[in-house]
Amino acid sequence: MKRGTREYTVWSVGMIVIIIAALFPVLWILSLSLKDPATIADGRLIPSEWTFDNYEALFTGGFDSPLLRPLINSVLIALISTSIAIVLASFTAYAIARLDFPGKLVILGGALAIAMFPAISTVGPLFDMWRNLGLYDTYPGLIIPYLTFALPLAIYTLVAFFREIPWDLEQAAAVDGATPFQAFRKVIVPLAAPGVFTAAILVFIFCWNDFVFAISLTSTNSSRTVPAALAFFTGDSQFTAPTGNIAAAAVLVTIPIIIFVLFFQRRIVAGLTSGAVKG
Amino acid sequence: MAEIVLDGISKRFDDGFEAVKDMNLEISDGEFMILVGPSGCGKSTALRMIAGLEDITEGSLRIGDNEVNDIAPRDRDIAMVFQNYALYPHMTVRENMAFPLKLAGAPAAEIKDKVEHAAETLDLTQHLDRKPANLSGGQRQRVAMGRAIVRDPKAFLMDEPLSNLDAKLRVQMRTSVARLQKELSTTTVYVTHDQTEAMTLGDRVAVMRSGILQQVGSPAELYDHPRNIFVAGFIGSPSMNFLPATVDGDRAKLAIGEVPLSDELRAEAASAGAGRDLVAGIRPEAFEDATLVGDARDRGITFRAKIDLVESMGSEKYAYFEVGHEGVASKELAELAEDAGLAETPSGGAGQVVARIEAASEIKRGDDAELWFDATTLHLFDVESGQSLRSA
Repeated sequence: MKRGTREYTVWSVGMIVIIIAALFPVLWILSLSLKDPATIADGRLIPSEWTFDNYEALFTGGFDSPLLRPLINSVLIALISTSIAIVLASFTAYAIARLDFPGKLVILGGALAIAMFPAISTVGPLFDMWRNLGLYDTYPGLIIPYLTFALPLAIYTLVAFFREIPWDLEQAAAVDGATPFQAFRKVIVPLAAPGVFTAAILVFIFCWNDFVFAISLTSTNSSRTVPAALAFFTGDSQFTAPTGNIAAAAVLVTIPIIIFVLFFQRRIVAGLTSGAVKG
Repeated sequence: MAEIVLDGISKRFDDGFEAVKDMNLEISDGEFMILVGPSGCGKSTALRMIAGLEDITEGSLRIGDNEVNDIAPRDRDIAMVFQNYALYPHMTVRENMAFPLKLAGAPAAEIKDKVEHAAETLDLTQHLDRKPANLSGGQRQRVAMGRAIVRDPKAFLMDEPLSNLDAKLRVQMRTSVARLQKELSTTTVYVTHDQTEAMTLGDRVAVMRSGILQQVGSPAELYDHPRNIFVAGFIGSPSMNFLPATVDGDRAKLAIGEVPLSDELRAEAASAGAGRDLVAGIRPEAFEDATLVGDARDRGITFRAKIDLVESMGSEKYAYFEVGHEGVASKELAELAEDAGLAETPSGGAGQVVARIEAASEIKRGDDAELWFDATTLHLFDVESGQSLRSA
């Protein structure tokens, strides 16, 4: 009992330290985004003057505002990339998990190798290619490179999940009178869903956070995403640093991720498959 | 309800392994047929071919009047209970049991009725709205049964449905499975590796080994007239004792003494040729404490043996003794020992004999006891072929 209490204390202290270390920068940037330019460098966590000017400035000018268009770009590009990646990766992962075919290991190994490839080394060639192909500064110009990196990630995650599904259930469904498609839709899909959502979250976050491709392969707000747009913020005059605006934009880009994770987290129920088969 | 006929069924896998070889079996309407054998004998493959989960390489399979070789599982109108139950984890018990009916397009009211009726039969009513994850092993097993019986299929196929339950629950479920099958009188094929389950449940039992059907018959038939040494050793617990034997005239020479042969055995032993090496098979209950044998004494012989161990079961006792022989070299017996996990144990059977004697016996460990052996129950097998001389 005593040992249990001490262990509990140690773990709690450890976790609190980690949470503070992780969340303090977030708090700091939130604080910065709420300060006015005069007090922005005062080094206090709690702003002495609260203001929402930094946020307002991001959206003044409507569609031509510094943030609105990049935000829309970010959402659309990330969503499109995620959808395509998940559909393709589901097929691939299903085949890898279920079927025996020559070249299976090559596909997995190749996927892993691509995932490990440094993104920055592809930027130069892509820049040239995209300008010749007319993909420079377009949605597909970003979606395609995102897919090359998101697909391996999604395939790996999904293969791991699909391997855990008890395929006996498919046979049970077949004997119960289901067509292969019914078995897939009513039995396999609900069981695979947590894995698919996990992969979707990972891919979405990857696309959402990307800076390297976004800054290199775009030139205007017509396809620039938020992380890249942040770098182009200017202050009110050339003598003011846009610190407050950048902080406000940084807070705003975090919000969709939080919503996305919270929304799908309920679906990622650990142990959903427990009870299907006697282990 | 329908009969199931396997006509020369074979299964060869892509890697060339032949799991089932030329299997012929007729299961009549309403019969409870058990497929039994050690692991890897092809019994599950045979069952999965009946279910349609494995393709049939050769032969013809009929359910009812139709050949179903090329018919998908869903159109065979059979229900299967899997070893690991294969319940749908995202559905409640009710939804699990309703699934086959829903797929068949039954009206909602009928589904409700049937599921509730089945739940009542299996004592699952109070669990209908729970998920499989929240059920005990026995309850899950019953849900798997429930999913099979709601539909009133042509046949039930059960793949070791009780092997994941603990011993006590298994015995309990065994009786309820038997009762359920009698009530519904649906043709049932039941796969198990447990000979006790096979003996107690089946109308008939089919013993398989290495993909080959060894013998089909009622439990009593298999027990009293095993066709070969494998069936003899597999059926019965404790299993049959095997001793080397030679036949000389009207007597068989065994390590425990010379045993007079019955007329039937004598004729067959003679035709097999005198002086040949044979294997004698003796059921444990063919022995008895000589002091407790009354009038039957002259049906057999008595001999003395040093008792190594006595196990009291309450209603009877098992006396173990050595008879000083090397054991019987037989491929079939080696396989049985291996399957039972005995191959590596030092006293794994060679030369050891077990006798089932009355509880009233006073034989103790270490005694040099006088035992009686009922000579009329002697089985003789050919060493080479393993075949019983009785049915030869």
